[in-house]
Amino acid sequence: MFFPISGTHISPIYLVIVGFTIGILGGFFGVGGSFIAGPALRLVGVDWNFAVGTDLAHIVGKSAVAVRRHRALGNVDLKLGLVMALGTIAGAEAGAQLIQMLKRAGNVNLVVSVVSIVVYFSISVFMIWESQKTLRSLKGRAQWGLVKGAKSKRDHSAFGPVTRAIQRLKIWPMIALPTSGIKAISLWMILLVAFVGGLFSGFLGGGAGYIRMPSMVYVLGIPTHLAVGTDLFEIIISASYGTFTHAVKGNVDILIALVMHTGAAIGAQIGAISTQYFTGPKIRLAFVPLPLIGAAIVIYTLFTGHKL
Amino acid sequence: MKKETARTLRAFAIELTIYALLVVAYFFLVLHLLGAWLYGLEIHHRYTYASLAIVLIIGQAVLLESLTTFLIRLLRGRSE
Repeated sequence: MFFPISGTHISPIYLVIVGFTIGILGGFFGVGGSFIAGPALRLVGVDWNFAVGTDLAHIVGKSAVAVRRHRALGNVDLKLGLVMALGTIAGAEAGAQLIQMLKRAGNVNLVVSVVSIVVYFSISVFMIWESQKTLRSLKGRAQWGLVKGAKSKRDHSAFGPVTRAIQRLKIWPMIALPTSGIKAISLWMILLVAFVGGLFSGFLGGGAGYIRMPSMVYVLGIPTHLAVGTDLFEIIISASYGTFTHAVKGNVDILIALVMHTGAAIGAQIGAISTQYFTGPKIRLAFVPLPLIGAAIVIYTLFTGHKL
Repeated sequence: MKKETARTLRAFAIELTIYALLVVAYFFLVLHLLGAWLYGLEIHHRYTYASLAIVLIIGQAVLLESLTTFLIRLLRGRSE
């Protein structure tokens, strides 16, 4: 099939399969899946600028499907998502400026690669430690069966004391997040988490769900199921903004995104429904390979010079 | 339990088949017709194209989610 906007010939079946795979990951973990979509589009000859922009457009559609499904399951905190979107957009702009500064200094590739490898490994190591410790402490308690209703979604975390200390910080204004079961939390903490996620998104590319989802759980104390659903809702807003700016610059082939999305639509629903069958610590443990895949791609790029 | 799983998998396989047929029809009809028009828009009216890109992807998302939910309900004979 010929896609005139990017001037490429790609099999629609390939795009549907890629979309389906990313859809499952996105629906289950609340991530955009750029670390797969970008290289997958590059592999079939799509230029890097089109791969980035088109992936963002596809992320908007995939997240919209997953959010509708997560919302039906009670996994979306709209208030939190809207506040986070503001911080994410500001962070993404700051990250993009940082990239421009490094470009001028002439060492952008090395700095971005090293930072991303350190960040990806740190997230994975921390999440292995925390989820294993939590699962060990829960040994003997029922961990199987459907995870439905606010009570069953209430999370256990070995990092809980730190999270509670963060929630006790009284920096005005304080807001309540009843959907997430949080009585009061500083607005600045939410904006800070979103800003850091956005900063990495602008700095490293992609939606940075691999940073935002864990920080929502560990820093803000949002239950894992709600963090996944709310992160996806927030991604719709920030990725729409990204799609618009990239489309204006001529970096989006919406036809490729629409075809990919036909696969993602069904994958995202499967992923979202699957979250019902896993407890929070199990979802977090299963999340660990994702940042490691990201790190492996960066290491490959760094040592071979080939951009996937 | 096994019977229930088999029934769910069968319903899912039927759903995927119907969905795949609809998607193929969509590729040939909608995308083929839209392609040239969107290409022109992308070259001459970037801001309109950028806005339309978001409308199209979200519109398709809502449409496909509704379609798959409808198929699931139709095939399983009960609401999720």
